[in-house]
Order: sequence, then C-alpha cells, then structure tokens
Amino acid sequence: MKFADFIQTGAIQADLQATTKEGVIQELVQSLLDAGQIDAEQREDIVGAIMKREELGSTGIGRGVAVPHTKHPSVQKLVGTVGVSDAGVDFDSLDGERVQLFFLLISPPERPGDHLRALENISRQLRDETFCRFLKQSKTADDVQQLLQEADDNQFVSG
Amino acid sequence: MSNAPSNRMVTVRNPQGLHLRPADMLVRLAVRFESTLKICKDGQWVDCNSILSLLTLGATQGTELEVSACGSDAEEALAAVVELFEAGFHEMNEIEDAANPVVDR
Repeated sequence: MKFADFIQTGAIQADLQATTKEGVIQELVQSLLDAGQIDAEQREDIVGAIMKREELGSTGIGRGVAVPHTKHPSVQKLVGTVGVSDAGVDFDSLDGERVQLFFLLISPPERPGDHLRALENISRQLRDETFCRFLKQSKTADDVQQLLQEADDNQFVSG
Repeated sequence: MSNAPSNRMVTVRNPQGLHLRPADMLVRLAVRFESTLKICKDGQWVDCNSILSLLTLGATQGTELEVSACGSDAEEALAAVVELFEAGFHEMNEIEDAANPVVDR
C-alpha cells in the first residue's frame, strides 16, 4: 500500500495550530471533513473514538511520530491524513518525546488488513531518517504531498 | 547458560493482526528480558524492541513468524512471546477496539 492509497491530499495540514492531543485530533478530523472524506454528523463520534483509543495507550510511537486512529462504520474505505506541528505536541509518547508528525487513520471495521498495510507503509518509510526529517520541516501541504509522492516512488527506502 | 539463539514459530491469531497495540505489548515484553528478541517474516528479521520495526512486518491474522531469543533468559523470553501470540494479544473476542478496551497486564 502506498501513501496515495489512503492519504487524502486535500486534508493534509502542514501547519497544525493545536497544542494538545485532543486539539490535534480535532484539527485533523476537521480537515478530513473539509476535504469531504467524512460526514459532518459523524465528526464528534470519530474524534471521541480516536480519543478513546488513545486512552488504551498512546499511539505516539517514538521519533516524534504518532498514528492516532480508529475504526468507524461511517467510512467505506481507509481514509487518512497527515499533520505537521512545528512546535510539537505532548502526546504521551512511548519515548516521552513531543510529536511533530501525525498520521491519522480511519478505517472500516471489517478491513483490519488495510489498516495493517497502512501502518506497514508508514513505519517502513519513517525508518528513513531523511524522509522523517524532511516531513517535519515541511511548511506547506504541497511540500508534504511531494514528499509522500517521492516516498511512494521509492526515493527514500532501499528495502 | 547458552549463547546460541533459541527459535520458535508463532502464528498471528488475533483478527486485527500485529497492529500498533500488539507491537507495543511486544516491546514492553522484550524490555523485561536481558535476551535480545527478534522476529522474522519471510526472511525479514526485525528487533522486538522497536515498534516501528515490528509494524514494518505488516503481519496479518494467520501469518507465521519465527521468533529468536539470544541471551541468558532466552527460554523464558521465548515462552513469554509464544504465550502472548497464543493469547491473540488478549483481543480475541474484540469486535470493536473502542467498545471493548483491552486491559494491559
């Protein structure tokens, strides 16, 4: 699975304003709503489900990266977006570091395989420090989009 | 005290596969042991103490993985890993993540 298969270009947020965990999640879910990827009446339910998942254990997986996510019956396919926070946000990460890079994922309940393949793609690409650093330095959604495209074209990862 | 690595085969039993929470559980388990734990899928070996690495396996339900432990407590470490896989990471009856929280040990 490639980024282009699940990241909604129109929902990328290269300059997150939120300074809290819930704020970031609200901002990214709103961006998916603005991009027409989720229903307005589902927004609060989706935010609540993602927050509930965070209570089970932070999705801040280290290296300044978090993957907040949930399953939700209102989506027909896996939808995701990317957010970049210049200052970083306290996300209760496993390594205690502030999070600058967010990959928010919403998947249909009956498609665990797609969620796994998205995680596989994200983790494989992020192991490349250059890709990780460039993403964190992105200033515009176009910058992020271009980096994701380059990653999809295997310009960062050898294997 | 043997320094030769011990190996065991495990199967991913839980429907959600080796997603983030199971990967987190494996890392937390791995740090409890002195031994170095590694997991292999299709010839690709990754360290059990890195969530990012574990997620790159993309191991779905039914996937067979090889686990290797090397160190003074290798057998105990392997047994613990096997138990975690056998228990389906304690989410075998889960229908919806958010509705049925799994309580970590």
